[in-house]
Amino acid sequence: MDPHEAHSAIVSPIGTWWLPAGKQEKMWVGIAFIWCLILFAMMPFWHFRGGQNPSGVRARVAPADFAARVEKFVSDYQVGDDNGVPVVAPPPGSDIYLMAQMWRWYPVLRLKQGVHYTLHLSSVDINHGFSLHPVNLNFQVVPGYDYGLKIVPNKSGDFRIICNEFCGILHHTMVGKVVVD
Amino acid sequence: MAPMAPALAARFRTCEVTGLKVDWHAETLLKVNAVVAVVNFLIGIIAAFGIVMTRWQAVHLLPVDLFYRFLTLHGLNMLIFFIIFFEMAILYFAGPILLKSRLPAARVGWLAFGLMVLGMVVVNTMVLQGKADVLFTSYPPLRADPLYYVGIILFAVGALVVTCLFFATLVVAKRERTYEGSIPLVSFGALTAAIIAVITLLHGAAIYIPTLLWSLDLMEVDPQVYRMVWWGLGHSSQQINVAAQVSVWYLLAALTVGGVVVSEKVSRMAFALYILFISMASAHHLLVDPGMGPAWKIWNTSYAMYLAVLASMVHGFTVPAGIEMGQRLRGYTRGTFEWLKKAPWGDPGFSGAALSVVIFGFLGGVTGVTIGTEQINIIAHNTLRVPGHFHTTVVGGTALAFMAVTYYVLPLIFRKRVAFWGLAKLQPYLFATGIVILSMSMIFQGIFGVPRRNWDISATGAPFQIEYHPVVQLFQATMGIGGLLAIVGGLAYILIAVVSVFFGRPFRLADAHDPSGVPPGVWKLPQQMYQGATVAAVHKTGTRGTVILVFIFLACFILYYFANWKILSFAWKVG
Repeated sequence: MDPHEAHSAIVSPIGTWWLPAGKQEKMWVGIAFIWCLILFAMMPFWHFRGGQNPSGVRARVAPADFAARVEKFVSDYQVGDDNGVPVVAPPPGSDIYLMAQMWRWYPVLRLKQGVHYTLHLSSVDINHGFSLHPVNLNFQVVPGYDYGLKIVPNKSGDFRIICNEFCGILHHTMVGKVVVD
Repeated sequence: MAPMAPALAARFRTCEVTGLKVDWHAETLLKVNAVVAVVNFLIGIIAAFGIVMTRWQAVHLLPVDLFYRFLTLHGLNMLIFFIIFFEMAILYFAGPILLKSRLPAARVGWLAFGLMVLGMVVVNTMVLQGKADVLFTSYPPLRADPLYYVGIILFAVGALVVTCLFFATLVVAKRERTYEGSIPLVSFGALTAAIIAVITLLHGAAIYIPTLLWSLDLMEVDPQVYRMVWWGLGHSSQQINVAAQVSVWYLLAALTVGGVVVSEKVSRMAFALYILFISMASAHHLLVDPGMGPAWKIWNTSYAMYLAVLASMVHGFTVPAGIEMGQRLRGYTRGTFEWLKKAPWGDPGFSGAALSVVIFGFLGGVTGVTIGTEQINIIAHNTLRVPGHFHTTVVGGTALAFMAVTYYVLPLIFRKRVAFWGLAKLQPYLFATGIVILSMSMIFQGIFGVPRRNWDISATGAPFQIEYHPVVQLFQATMGIGGLLAIVGGLAYILIAVVSVFFGRPFRLADAHDPSGVPPGVWKLPQQMYQGATVAAVHKTGTRGTVILVFIFLACFILYYFANWKILSFAWKVG
């Protein structure tokens, strides 16, 4: 900063303009940089201390294989039927499967409060979006990929799964159900 | 400067206001690109009306197929065609015009323009025929007609050619010594936008060419890889907008109040930071995807360590500080905020730029960094919070800045007075108010889990019913009202621009006795260079007002950011 000269942004700076910045600018750049480091540090910190992370167990899976796992899961633990969709009550701690397909979530899950499950999400056709309502947990469901998320329901009640990735003309009807006892 | 051949010299006129020598080809290309941009903006606004009046469940205007078609149309015409045609116009301004240079290979510029228009027409035709109901992102395995991808590729090639022409202009201007010293900051900002455009368009080629081949059944495209590379285009292109918009802020600061560059070094370093980290922003869209792990997500979503955020925070200081210092140099030195109170708030060029800075920073930046945090994204991904966020960056920020600069482009380039001057003075306020109400209503709905890109959130015909928190109803109504206000503001802009260009009264500096329809900065360009004791005195006072403003900003940022961590902590444990 040359203290005896000032020009606008549409004028060519003449001579050397690589000069030390003013005091106030230096201060703001410094504070902004510290804030950026805090923003950065919060993410690894939450992996160690926080309860909500999108890490999961991730693997590739062929859509047909995933559909077969879902079918086995349903036949092992089915306890009923809700609106034509099988209701499945898996044991605590187990691997549970949810299949996204134009335009349904399959099956209905019946879970217990305060215990953990590994929820496997995948799609057998196109991209879908898993949105647990009204908790507002959202994950992308991509065909060919198995997203295994450790979950612990912290409240009992009747929950919905909304599809929040556009998946065609009946996208808005793609609603699933989770019940927590 | 060496004397020019007469044929070449005949291509130039000298601007009465700025004294710049203007090449006819550069100026005419600027004009046609700007006009086509406004046409696309009109298409985008018509689509916007259909979308907002459908998402407002109480109205629910469009049938399902038309809704998604309009949504596709809206995204493409606003985010791609309007913005990029306008940016091409900015490149013609910041290159040949600002550097007083000829436009080399002008015919290539016309060819590129033709390619872009052709691509735009092909894409819009495909969408309107219902052959590309794939939304803006066209995630495979959703499939569009191959011609749709061809249209996008043609458009992108045209845009790439224009950026190359901009680089060629820099070389020619330097060699022919059309300017002394370094290129002005506005040109430097445009240069960063152009470099980012090249990086972005390379991602575009890397994804649209395979996708075209896939649509012809010639190869496979992995849905997750598509999402990553496509967002290398989709998000990075937003950084073109940011760089272009920040350049427009500096330009309008200079034209409206003689804003100065507080430090060339700091501002240029901040622009350079944008270039270095942009491709990483693809990660913002993949934070809750199954294809990548936490280390990849954290490193990329933060642009290394938020260094591109740092860049925006720096501009968020230097732009208002430059305005404050310019105003202080003009004599508004009393107190902390006289410079701000006595700013030309009735000049749409100034008010539009100022509102753009505030909306982009306070709403766009803060919400963007927050929902782009790896874990917080869990409560934001694909909810209405996401479009709520980007309507404050790309509409309240970029589009509003482009509207503001239009009020200077009309007299300076089209040499026409601005039509409906009274309306023009109000237009930035109207549009900004609408966009802020619209976006905040979307953000609040998103916090309650309302999804984006959804025709009917009451889920008629679904096997299970959904009930939203009752307050969602309220935000639905405010979203509708905000949307309508923004649409009225946008239509006012189109009306003013079209009537001025095609039926406007000509502008001549000699007619200053009747000032109506021309911004004050055009009648009397503020002083652009200062030397001596006044400058030293102002440097000594510093920019106290700006310091207070940026600390208010930082406080809002910290509050919103940590409030979101708190909300996240209430959710089910997941990991």
